[in-house]
Amino acid sequence: MILSFAKILAILKKEFIQLKRDRATAAMVIFIPLIQLLLFGYAINNDPKHLNTVVLSEDNSIFSRNFVVGLKNSEYFHVAGEIKSDAEGRKLLQKGDVQFVVTIPGNFSRDLIRRRVPSVLIEADAADPVTAAGAVGAAREILTSALARDLSGVLSFLRNDNLLPANVIIHKLYNPEGFTNYNVIPGLIGALLTLMGIMVTALSLTRERERGTMENMLAMPVKPMEVMLGKIIPHIIIGYIQAAIIVAAAKFLFTIPLAGSSFLLAIAMMMFIICNLALGLAVSTIAKNQMQSLQIAMFIFLPSLMLSGFMFPFYGMPSWAQMIGSCFPMTYFVRITRGIMLKGSNFSEMWQNFWALLLFMCIVTGIAAKLYKKTLD
Amino acid sequence: MSYAIDVRNLTKKIKNNAIVDHINIRVQRGKIYGFLGPNGSGKTTTMRMLCGLLSSDDGEGHCLGFDFKKESDKIKSQVGYMTQKFSFWEDLTIRENLEFTVKMFQKDNIEKRVRKSLEKAGLTSRAEQLAGTLSGGWKQRLALTACLIHEPKLLLLDEPTAGVDPKARKAFWEDIRNFADSGFTVLVSTHYTDEAERCDKIIYIAYGSIMAEGTVSEIMCGFSSMEDSFIYYTDNSLRNKL
Ligand SMILES: Nc1ncnc2c1ncn2[C@@H]1O[C@H](COP(=O)(O)OP(=O)(O)OP(=O)(O)O)[C@@H](O)[C@H]1O
Ligand SMILES: [Mg+2]
Repeated sequence: MILSFAKILAILKKEFIQLKRDRATAAMVIFIPLIQLLLFGYAINNDPKHLNTVVLSEDNSIFSRNFVVGLKNSEYFHVAGEIKSDAEGRKLLQKGDVQFVVTIPGNFSRDLIRRRVPSVLIEADAADPVTAAGAVGAAREILTSALARDLSGVLSFLRNDNLLPANVIIHKLYNPEGFTNYNVIPGLIGALLTLMGIMVTALSLTRERERGTMENMLAMPVKPMEVMLGKIIPHIIIGYIQAAIIVAAAKFLFTIPLAGSSFLLAIAMMMFIICNLALGLAVSTIAKNQMQSLQIAMFIFLPSLMLSGFMFPFYGMPSWAQMIGSCFPMTYFVRITRGIMLKGSNFSEMWQNFWALLLFMCIVTGIAAKLYKKTLD
Repeated sequence: MSYAIDVRNLTKKIKNNAIVDHINIRVQRGKIYGFLGPNGSGKTTTMRMLCGLLSSDDGEGHCLGFDFKKESDKIKSQVGYMTQKFSFWEDLTIRENLEFTVKMFQKDNIEKRVRKSLEKAGLTSRAEQLAGTLSGGWKQRLALTACLIHEPKLLLLDEPTAGVDPKARKAFWEDIRNFADSGFTVLVSTHYTDEAERCDKIIYIAYGSIMAEGTVSEIMCGFSSMEDSFIYYTDNSLRNKL
C-alpha cells in the first residue's frame, strides 16, 4: 500500500486549522493538564503541621505527663484530647477524625526506671505516608527532650548517651505500601492522555459523521490509512504538549524532579498515546453520535482511572480488580511513568511493562484498522 | 454507443428490506440524465453506491470503465459527487475547503485552480469567509464549484439546486450543459419538473425500482403534464409492490 504523504499533510493541516478555530478544545488542551495538576498537586501537604492526635495514657507518671505536654506544645501534633480505650482510638482513626493515636503503655515508667527501654506506640493513618513518617521523628524528639529534663539529678544514672531511654514504634494503618501523593503526578500524565486521547479522536471522527463531512471525505480518493494517520498525528503532538506541561510543572511548581531518562519516558508516551488514539478510533466506529462516543470513552476512562493503580495502590486491590486493571494500558503506563519520574528506573527494570504496552498498541491498532469503515454503512 | 455508467441489478438492502431493488442504470457519455422520484425512493442511495460510498448487496457493472465494486478508488478520482446535504467543513473558509479538495484529488497548480474556480463561481470576494456562515444558496454554489475543481469526467449531483434562486439556477444549468457538451456526463437528481425538461434523458425511480426511462417526450407521452406522468408512475409502482 502506497500512502500519499501530500494527502496526509493536507488532512493534518485541516485538523490543525479546525482545532485552532475551536477555541474551547484548544483551551482544554492547555488548561486541563494545568488545572488538574494544581488541584492534585496542592492536595500534597509539603509542610505538615498541627495534625490531629489523641493520647491514650495507661501510665500515670511524671514521665508520661511530661511527654504529653511536649506533644501539646509541639507544632507537628495537635492533641485533640485524651481517650480511655484502644477501641475508641481505632474508631477515631477509622472515621478520619484523627491522624494519630499515641499510646503510652501501663508499664512505661516502671520499664524506664528498670532500664528496659519501653516504647511509645503511634498508630498512624498512613494514607499519606509522608506525614506518617514525619510523625516518628517528631515524637522521638519530643520524647527525648522530655525525658532529658526528667532524667536529671538523682535519676541521671538512667540516661544513656548511646541508647535512647525509650523508643517510639509506629504502626501504619490503611496504607502499608507507603503509597505517596507524589505518585499522583506521574499518574496524572496517564490519566490525561487516556481521557484526551480517547475522547478527542473519537469526537473528531464522530463529528465528521454527524455533520456529514465524512460523506465528502469518503467521496474523495483517499485511503482509510491516510485519513487515520491525518487524524492521529495532530493528537500525538497534542499529547506530547500536555505531557510536557505536566512534567515541567511538576518540576518547577512541586519540585518533583524527572529522575530517569526523558528519552525512555518519551518512548513510553508514544506507545501509550497511540494505544489511546487507536482506542478512540475504535470507539468512533461503534458510536453513532458524539454523545455516544463520549459515553463509551468515559466507560473506558473511569475503570482505567480506578483500577490502574492511579487512585489506589494496585496491589492493595482485591484480585478480581487487579485482573480487570491488568486489561488497561494505563496500568502499565502509570508504572512506567512512576518508575522513570520518581525512582529513576531504567528499561531493564521495567521491560515487562514496556512489552505489555507494545502488545496493547499492536492489538488495539489492529482492531481499529479492522473496524474503520471505508463506506457510509 | 459508450456508457459512462452501465450497472445491472444494483441492490441495497437494509434489514432485509430492499430500498434499491435490482435496478439497471445506463447513462450515455456526454449526456445529462435527470434522476427523478418521490422522497425516499432511493436516489441518494443509488448515487452513493455508484461512487463506492455505500456497499451494494447485489449488482455488477462499470462506471467510467472501472468495475464499480472493485475499483471504487479509480472511480472516485474521476467523479464529482455533490451530496444532498451540504458536506463541506463549516469551520474552514471557502478557500481552505477548495484547497483541501484539490489536494485530496492530487491535482497540480493548486493556487491557480482555486483562484479560477472562485472567479467562475463569483466567490472571490467571499474566499476568506467561513463556509458555515454562507447562506444556503451560496453553500450549494460552493459545493458545485468544489466538485468540478478536479475536472471530473462524471458528475453525480444530488439535488444541487435545492434552495437556489432562479437566476443562479439558470446559470447552473448552463454550466452543466457546457460540461456535457464537452463530452462529459451528468446524472442529476431533482424534484423540479422544469429542470427535468432540460435533461437529455430521464430515469424515474419509485420504491427502489425504475418505473420509467427515456426522453422527456417519451416520458410525457399520453399525459398532459410531467407532474401527471410522475404521479401515475408512482401510483403504478405502489400497485405493483402490493
Ligand atoms: N441507513 C439507513 N437506515 C435505514 N433506512 C435507510 C438508510 N438509508 C436510507 N434508508 C431508507 O432508504 C430509502 C431511500 O432513501 P434515499 O435517501 O435514497 O431516498 P431519496 O430518493 O434520496 O429521497 P429524497 O428525495 O427525499 O432525497 C428511504 O426510505 C430511507 O429511509
Ligand atoms: Mg436523496
